[in-house]
Amino acid sequence: MTDLLELPIATLAQKVRRGEVSAAEVAEATIAAILRDDDRLGAYLTRSFDELRARAIQLDLRRAQGEQLGPLAGVPIGVKDAFATKGVATTCASRILVGPGGRPWIPPYDAAAVTRLLAADAMIAGKCNMDEFAMGSSTENSAFFPARNPWDDSRTPGGSSGGSAVSVAAGMTPGALGSDTGGSVRQPAAFTGVVGVKPTYGRVSRYGLVAFASSLDVVSPFARDVRSAALLTEAIAGHDPRDSTSADRPVGTYVAACERPLAGLRVGVPSQYFAAGIDPDVEASVRGALDQLASRGATLVPVSLPHTEHAVAVYYVLAAAEASSNLSRFDGVRFGARVASGGLDELYERTRGQGFGAEVKRRVVLGAYVLSHGYYDAYYLQAQRVRTLIARDFDAAFVDVDVIAAPTTPTPAFKLGDKIDDPLTMYLSDVYTLPASLAGLPAMSVPVAPTPATDARPSLPVGLQLIAPAFDEEALFRAGAAVERIVSG
Amino acid sequence: MTSPSFSPDAVRRLARLARLSVTDADVARLSRELEPILAHVRALGAVDTDGVAPTAHVSVDRLPLRPDERAEELDRELVLGEAPARAPEGFVVPAFVDEG
Repeated sequence: MTDLLELPIATLAQKVRRGEVSAAEVAEATIAAILRDDDRLGAYLTRSFDELRARAIQLDLRRAQGEQLGPLAGVPIGVKDAFATKGVATTCASRILVGPGGRPWIPPYDAAAVTRLLAADAMIAGKCNMDEFAMGSSTENSAFFPARNPWDDSRTPGGSSGGSAVSVAAGMTPGALGSDTGGSVRQPAAFTGVVGVKPTYGRVSRYGLVAFASSLDVVSPFARDVRSAALLTEAIAGHDPRDSTSADRPVGTYVAACERPLAGLRVGVPSQYFAAGIDPDVEASVRGALDQLASRGATLVPVSLPHTEHAVAVYYVLAAAEASSNLSRFDGVRFGARVASGGLDELYERTRGQGFGAEVKRRVVLGAYVLSHGYYDAYYLQAQRVRTLIARDFDAAFVDVDVIAAPTTPTPAFKLGDKIDDPLTMYLSDVYTLPASLAGLPAMSVPVAPTPATDARPSLPVGLQLIAPAFDEEALFRAGAAVERIVSG
Repeated sequence: MTSPSFSPDAVRRLARLARLSVTDADVARLSRELEPILAHVRALGAVDTDGVAPTAHVSVDRLPLRPDERAEELDRELVLGEAPARAPEGFVVPAFVDEG
């Protein structure tokens, strides 16, 4: 039954639409896969099996009544626990969203992206593990338990959307929803060998996504293959007046873009993304894929993104500042935990002191610092100026190329525990994904040849990152599908 | 080099600004961890940004306006039911008007 879940999403949905397989059978296969693997891998914080079964019955009933089901008919999806799901627990992997008696927050509404998935007749399998409030690169900052990499369960699947990546990589669901603020979908996709797409900032409504850094947060899907990721992106994209930063632009035809020929595509290769510290096996795999792109008709063009080295510093100033503001809503009054005490300030301070984990406290304090009187200009405003320079680097590069190709991460998946006590080293591992986030550009991680197994480590996945001009997701899918064809031989 | 920006007293002051209670262990840890992060961030000061406008948001030139119309409302009972402490028609907060 499990192989149902390894079909391309369009194929699975077509089988359900035609009645070759029922949504109920798909739901049971999903439940079996989660029960088989997830105690070991920790991908799910909430397994909403009752809701999944009820949804499947409803879809099968609608089909039996002659209704034509949608493009994601009966497709099970894992949803990062940062998205509001009506009637299903939502915690952002934080104790502050767990209320009296251990009762988690149950949102009274669905996030826009969830609504759109359901409108396309998908089914939600549960809520996926993550770093608390999406702050982290390893899912070790989950307040509950870490997620583990299916390729080697002593290693991280990456983060912050680690649980969503694991759900897809381990074959529990063919697709998953994550959010990418500084690489939180692309990096776990690279670490687990799946496709992760961060659309252009504003392309997908953030309504109902718990805000971390509002100028950077992008709703982003995972899938096992590029066409499936394109289908999910089409389903969730589009204008939404409930998100004031949602772009009022027509959504492209991303699945069709996957069929466009590679020949003539100009691919920029930035020297700064092959810098000191890159793992030699990662570099070899990415360069090998680039050479094959060239041999099949793409033109490789050296490009320079000179402000790349500043991306980590810019990101951690801006994301911390925005997070310290956004997280003020967690105050013990309207939802989640409450540590009762004397006055209002004590209620806030104790609730937040007990409810937030170490990484969240670190960023809230750092954010308060960079926004405080006397430091605002030197840190916050200067970071925003350097952000402009990073965006201009891309503008200049895209004069000569259609997409930029580079590694998604400097190393393959690292061991759990390796970096958790050294936050700066953890932050620096995001160096290749942060610039596209700061510039708001669409980007994707596509698996290329895994590293060879050695005495030191098993074979591990490698991600090739593609970055395209704003709102040109078609270029991303055209190039991503070409990379996938090369890798699959 | 300047004096530590995250001395224990400074961390306590920032935590207070952020309405975050911190234990002595939190203060020691934050002090130790934030200093090298800030040292890394300080390098931004050396980047020439003369005449460069700050970017607060990409691809958002101005906040869009929409008609001020009544939209779908959340069910009051569902919302209040999520509060850790509630009154029949509202959230409960400690009295604060006569504080300091």
